[in-house]
Amino acid sequence: MRVNFVLSEVATGLRRNLTMTVAMILTTAISLGLMGTGLLIAGMISDMKEIYYDKVQVSIFLADDVTDEQRAAIEQQLADSSEVASYLYESKDEAYERFQQQFSQQPELVQNTPPDALPESFRVELVNPERYEVIAAEFPNGQNGVDQVRDEGDFLDRLFSLLNGARNATIAVAVVQALAALLLISNTIQLAAFNRRNETNIMRLVGASRWYTQLPFILEAALAGLIGALLAVGGLVLTKVLFVDKTLAGPIKAGIIPPVDWGAIAFISPIIAGAGVGLAAIAAYVTLRLYVRL
Amino acid sequence: MIELQHVTKLYPASSRPALDDVSTEIDKGEFVFLIGSSGSGKSTFLRLLLKEDDPTTGTVTVNGKTLNTMSKWQVPKLRRTMGCVFQDFRLLRNRTVAQNVAFALEVINKPQRTIKRVVPEVLEMVGLEGKANRLPGELSGGEQQRVAIARAFVNRPLVLLADEPTGNLDPETSEGIMLLLERINRTGTTVIMATHDYHIVDSMRRRVIELNGGVIARDQSRGVYGVGR
Ligand SMILES: Nc1ncnc2c1ncn2[C@@H]1O[C@H](COP(=O)(O)OP(=O)(O)OP(=O)(O)O)[C@@H](O)[C@H]1O
Ligand SMILES: [Mg+2]
Repeated sequence: MRVNFVLSEVATGLRRNLTMTVAMILTTAISLGLMGTGLLIAGMISDMKEIYYDKVQVSIFLADDVTDEQRAAIEQQLADSSEVASYLYESKDEAYERFQQQFSQQPELVQNTPPDALPESFRVELVNPERYEVIAAEFPNGQNGVDQVRDEGDFLDRLFSLLNGARNATIAVAVVQALAALLLISNTIQLAAFNRRNETNIMRLVGASRWYTQLPFILEAALAGLIGALLAVGGLVLTKVLFVDKTLAGPIKAGIIPPVDWGAIAFISPIIAGAGVGLAAIAAYVTLRLYVRL
Repeated sequence: MIELQHVTKLYPASSRPALDDVSTEIDKGEFVFLIGSSGSGKSTFLRLLLKEDDPTTGTVTVNGKTLNTMSKWQVPKLRRTMGCVFQDFRLLRNRTVAQNVAFALEVINKPQRTIKRVVPEVLEMVGLEGKANRLPGELSGGEQQRVAIARAFVNRPLVLLADEPTGNLDPETSEGIMLLLERINRTGTTVIMATHDYHIVDSMRRRVIELNGGVIARDQSRGVYGVGR
């Protein structure tokens, strides 16, 4: 295989359809960027699940006027229950401390909250998180020093279904964009093949192998896919540096949102590049098979 | 070396076959004129030999290989043993004469060393040694056809197919092209030429296969163009 020949054909092809090439690269980049974003959100969701779900499943908030006996009775009942895997007592002071930490970025909120505003509570981990109802029935609200029993899992489920929705929407848009990118690639390759029809006709007649004839077109598409992938990775890096690390700095420090670390971007970059190059090359190959006589 | 057995070619969306039960044999080293009125099936005949198209029924054999059963990836190998020339030259306009000829070798992976050696040789043979660096647009029609012949012959094919190679040329220039094709034929290359040019056919007295509506109407060993022209 004459490398020079193939490469100069690829360069000529890309230059000759400059507008199509640019359109093809941009759509590919957007599609891959969204795909990468979707993957990052997915990673973030699983990080957040680790942060939250592990800690607390049910909170039993105690009334302000709870007596020592009532508190001890509740603790005894938790220790005896076969539904409870573990539990943790959190005093008013500890609750306030955790609150201060969580909202350290919003000092006004912290200042306006008196230290004794937060209730003391038992934080309970269930053997089976689904069996929240059973625990709630054992500690009726407003009786025996219990103010309220809250299923934290329920709140988290709603939060995560929101995040999952965001992830799915991103990926859905990525797929639609990918479809547009594939059609554009197919179009560009058809145009390139039309532009080079004299050459390919002669190649066919003098007995050039199919590979030799097709390779410049496939490489052309693959190169566009690669450039698109590089732009997409660049976009992700910029999003991290300019948006995630700046705008979301507060919640990340507070441990509410896990950070997007470089490792995650480094992990998904080759996936994006592979998808870009692979899909573009396959689209070109299929186009040549279906529409172009070589 | 070339054999057609009961070959019929019916193009899709066409009611009348372009070739209708054609059987013939052409030996190695022969020079054959393929004549017949427009639409009689001459180009179709040549296309089937190149496996540019498959016959609807019947078998085509070239160099002992049956084309009907040949798989797609073997076709390039077949075409490397055949050269072809057309009425419209089909040169690449942005490449010089020498580059046009070299292109045919480059794309089948001939070593650069060989290309450097054989391209000037074949250009000398067709009488274009001084014009190797011209572009096709800077040549006369006859000279362009010589480039096309050089390109078709540079890989020393067993068969040279020519579809009305003199169709765009004046009689004098045509004569020069015919001398060239004769010379190529003398090296042992089989030449099959479709033509409407009765002067050429009558003066050369070679084998003539006349097609009429896709049927072989005449096959004559030292033939003339015919009385019915
Ligand atoms: N690709 C095609 N699709 C459909 N019909 C075709 C095709 N090529 C040729 N034909 C038909 O087949 C018949 C034979 O055509 P062919 O080109 O072989 O004739 P020809 O003898 O070469 O004519 P000419 O002297 O004008 O070049 C004609 O009726 C033509 O219309
Ligand atoms: Mg014809």
